Amino acid sequence: MALKQNLLAPMAARRGRRLSQRQTEALFGILFVTPYAIHFLVLQLGTILYSLFLSFFDSDMLTKMVFIGFDNYRYLLQDEPLFGQALKVTAIYTFVSVPVATILSMMIAVLLNQNLRYQGILRTLYYLPAVVSGVAVALVWIWVLNPDYGLSAVVFSALRVSSPRWFWSEGWALPGLIMISLWGTGTNMLLYLAGLQSVPSQLQEAARIDGAGAVRVFWSITVPMLTPTILFNVILNIIGSFQVFTSAYVITQGGPNNATLTMVLLIYQKAFQNFHFGYASSIAWVLFIITLFFSLLVFRSSDRWVYYEGGVRR
Amino acid sequence: MNAVSQLRIATSSRPLSRERISRAALRTILYLIVLVGALIFTFPFFWMASASVKPDAQILLVPPVWIPSPFQWTNYVRPFQNLPFGLFFLNTTVITILGMTGVVASSSIVSFSFSRMRWPGRDAFFVAMLATIMLPYPVIMIPSYVLFTKLGWINSFLPLIVPEWLGSPFIIFLMRQYMLTIPLEMDDAARIDGCSWFELFWRIILPLSAPALGVAAIYSFTFHWNDFLQPLLYLNRTELFTVQLGLAMLQNRYTTDFGAMMAVSTLSLIPVLIVFFTAQRHFIQGLVISGVKG
Repeated sequence: MALKQNLLAPMAARRGRRLSQRQTEALFGILFVTPYAIHFLVLQLGTILYSLFLSFFDSDMLTKMVFIGFDNYRYLLQDEPLFGQALKVTAIYTFVSVPVATILSMMIAVLLNQNLRYQGILRTLYYLPAVVSGVAVALVWIWVLNPDYGLSAVVFSALRVSSPRWFWSEGWALPGLIMISLWGTGTNMLLYLAGLQSVPSQLQEAARIDGAGAVRVFWSITVPMLTPTILFNVILNIIGSFQVFTSAYVITQGGPNNATLTMVLLIYQKAFQNFHFGYASSIAWVLFIITLFFSLLVFRSSDRWVYYEGGVRR
Repeated sequence: MNAVSQLRIATSSRPLSRERISRAALRTILYLIVLVGALIFTFPFFWMASASVKPDAQILLVPPVWIPSPFQWTNYVRPFQNLPFGLFFLNTTVITILGMTGVVASSSIVSFSFSRMRWPGRDAFFVAMLATIMLPYPVIMIPSYVLFTKLGWINSFLPLIVPEWLGSPFIIFLMRQYMLTIPLEMDDAARIDGCSWFELFWRIILPLSAPALGVAAIYSFTFHWNDFLQPLLYLNRTELFTVQLGLAMLQNRYTTDFGAMMAVSTLSLIPVLIVFFTAQRHFIQGLVISGVKG
């Protein structure tokens, strides 16, 4: 550090003190940001570009590396039976779980924002599933939803109907995975709670004095004030659910009969089980573009439905 | 009871009529919904813990035995005999601690630079960093794997740890938001007193950012502890496995040993739950910092 200051000293003498201070600041600023700059250049920018590059090759990363132009993309769009299935599964997963998670977590947040006894404990209980994830959760749900011995069997026999076969049937496996994701919606809920607490109570009171009922206050005041939080949650949820992997890998391995084959699971299988690295990269890029498209779609539409109280600087 | 209080009861009981009853009914319904919901959200935990101590004969009974008797602790012993779970827990702990330390150390100095120092291109670079938060992991998964293969890092903890020492965008963002709340006069005063930039960071800003460091540490802890995909890619030898990989292996090999699976699952959640309950407030604060500004 001393060395660098010495190096700068002559410059300081020539240009005056003020400028040299700005220069040392810039120098150290860039020095301090270097770790992330390396991360960005190598592990983010470098990898994305390399992935794009790889998607134009037929490569197993060991023996062959043959340039084949757009063949990977042509193949996945025309001949690949699994790609359409993975796209369908991921789309259903996303377009069901994101809206349902939004509504569910907002409802829970509104309920938990009421003046309740043991409010803190209740919030913790609802949030808890969001902290734990990974294989343990998947294993528990395999068993909870076991149609013969699980909780599902108990609940449905109490209702005097037979339990859905969940992960043992093509029709119910994907709804099962969606349910697990909804169970972990606590993060959304907490963000809505924080959003609710920043809604000024004068607004709600004023509306009430003007004769608005609880439902009207909710739709005309609370929901508009929550829209920035909704935007943030929806975008993060879209990105997250396009990447669903662990539950599908551990619970169903994509089955039965590919009913839960998600995009990332397909990428994983093509790359790390069949060693078609180039082809897997082309699927990853398609997934990337789809994710980007929907995130931007939501983001661009936000002008119409998101209300920023401070106003937006244009 | 004197006359005044009797009068008070009389007056207050008058509007009890309809409005009050319906309000009480509403509150009861509210509590009922909230409690049923809480039950649904916590039930899988109870189910898991209860099954982990069930004797084999009670495990598949329908209707289930909610509280098993007697408690069968051998479920906790068996998986450790079948697979080296002690080692798996040790591996996970090593990866988690080294990853967590790395991400906090590197992200804190990077976010100091982003939030309190001026250099050309800073804001543009920050926006670029924010954009990478949206980057799906699958796109960088294959090239990263290729890179780490070329470096000879497969079957070592390095691919899981080294990137963390280069900062994580989400954590940098979180810390920067926090550091922006510390008054800038602090820096000017320290600089006038002759503090170098590193001293300013190390002696003043870092201690003041303790809450944000805590949040980052907790996030990183739960992330590494629960992570499945990256260890799955980079660790292929059993003696390097993490708890998550061990659990998946247990499920593959001993498909029907529910008791053992639930016992290890319970154990695997305990560290995360301990961290969560001791640092609950910070957890929530971190979410709020990231969410409200997002």
